[in-house]
Amino acid sequence: MSENNKDISIDFEHHHAAHCENGVTSNLLRHHNLNLSEAMVFGIGSGIFFSYMPFIKLNGLPVISFRPYPGMIFNRLCRRLGIKIQRYKFRKDPDRAMNTLDSIIEQGIPCACLVGVFHLTYFPDPYRFHFNAHNLIVYGREGDEYLISDPIMESPVRLTYKDLKRVRYAKGTFPPKGRMYYMADIPEDYDLPKAIVSGIKKTSREMLTIPIPLFGVKGIRYMARRMKKWPKKLGDRKASHYLGQVVRMLEEIGTGGAGFRFMYAAFLQEAAKELKQDWLNDCSKEMTEAGDRWREFAIIAGRIFKGREGKNESYIAAAEILLDIADREEKIYRQLKRIKLN
Amino acid sequence: MKKKEVPQDDEGLLEGKLRDLCYAVDEDGNYVTVLSTGWEPKNAAMHQAWEEIHEKVELTRQKVLDGELSMLAYFMEKNIMDMKLLAQYTGIPRRKLKRHMNPRKFQALGREILEKYAEAFTISIEELTDITRLEEAK
Repeated sequence: MSENNKDISIDFEHHHAAHCENGVTSNLLRHHNLNLSEAMVFGIGSGIFFSYMPFIKLNGLPVISFRPYPGMIFNRLCRRLGIKIQRYKFRKDPDRAMNTLDSIIEQGIPCACLVGVFHLTYFPDPYRFHFNAHNLIVYGREGDEYLISDPIMESPVRLTYKDLKRVRYAKGTFPPKGRMYYMADIPEDYDLPKAIVSGIKKTSREMLTIPIPLFGVKGIRYMARRMKKWPKKLGDRKASHYLGQVVRMLEEIGTGGAGFRFMYAAFLQEAAKELKQDWLNDCSKEMTEAGDRWREFAIIAGRIFKGREGKNESYIAAAEILLDIADREEKIYRQLKRIKLN
Repeated sequence: MKKKEVPQDDEGLLEGKLRDLCYAVDEDGNYVTVLSTGWEPKNAAMHQAWEEIHEKVELTRQKVLDGELSMLAYFMEKNIMDMKLLAQYTGIPRRKLKRHMNPRKFQALGREILEKYAEAFTISIEELTDITRLEEAK
């Protein structure tokens, strides 16, 4: 950054969200006068998911996820609403990545960046792991500092030039490589009801019909069956770490509680209003109940890894809850699958 | 989850820097967002993950003080890195990195390479090389 760069502050409204990807998307849309809540973005982007991949390990723990691959929610939403996106990636040139960012905000366009959280200076230390698919929006510059809207923070924050450059070039799994994007064109005649229906259909398909048993409702059942055997197969210590991993993924910052189940229930409520289909309110209620069951699971799991209960029976009890959740969720997605426009 | 049931089990994990946004239903069954300072099972899961890391760091600290490993090994663990990740951050090949884990080899390193390591750990070269600091660090 050259010395004579003047300060820029784009008139940008920061809204706190549960999850970074939905939050960035929702905040960018609002900036372009398209008011969609985080839950709405999440639902249209088919954000709810489940996968359990015991063969792929991160730090010795199996990969468990309650959401699709990073970037999917954003991509699906933009496709369904017909939004054009301008994307950049600078494989090996951090200086160019920063210069291009400067020139975009100089044009008055807020720009989203992919970053790693490990070196995010404003983040609480206990949450700074090497996780590289975090999203934030840069909306200005003041001296050596960039004005940042990070949707999981309650208010806007700042990063120095050096720190922003560092997090944009975090290393490890899924390195961001200076990726950034902004909304280039938002159509005026977008079809919201149609987008909602496509989003719900995609979700129910993904949760019910992927023919590999690691994903969707089948994935929940698969994990539950394996979980019953964890203490015998892995030993108490490792088994409790596996369980800890499930709870961290379920409740990590950004799921809005119970692995996005409550956020999805909130979306279904909004969808009921938007589509004038009251039965979606019942689905929302059932989804809330499923979410409550996920939390019961987390409480049992918490007792196990705090060492209060470490016996086989507790793992079986925890797994039984998961099987019940799978049945409940399956019923919901089967209803949702039949959704049509009025 | 009901609005009133949104947990507020603050154990300092968020360091007061933010609160977690949660979705919950109000008295009329409508979804609202509520801020939470933490939840016990989640806090416990976070503590569990950190205990594992702290154990490794402590083990490595002892080995460094015993002269088995170099300071590099300590800071690598402390930054939750492995050799692969550290190699990516520094651009130093893994095979060389492995050698630098040896205290004698590490001591012989030039400023240029030390600079790269210090940069990766966001510390100064003095911190990276001063073993006396490790005796108090815990």
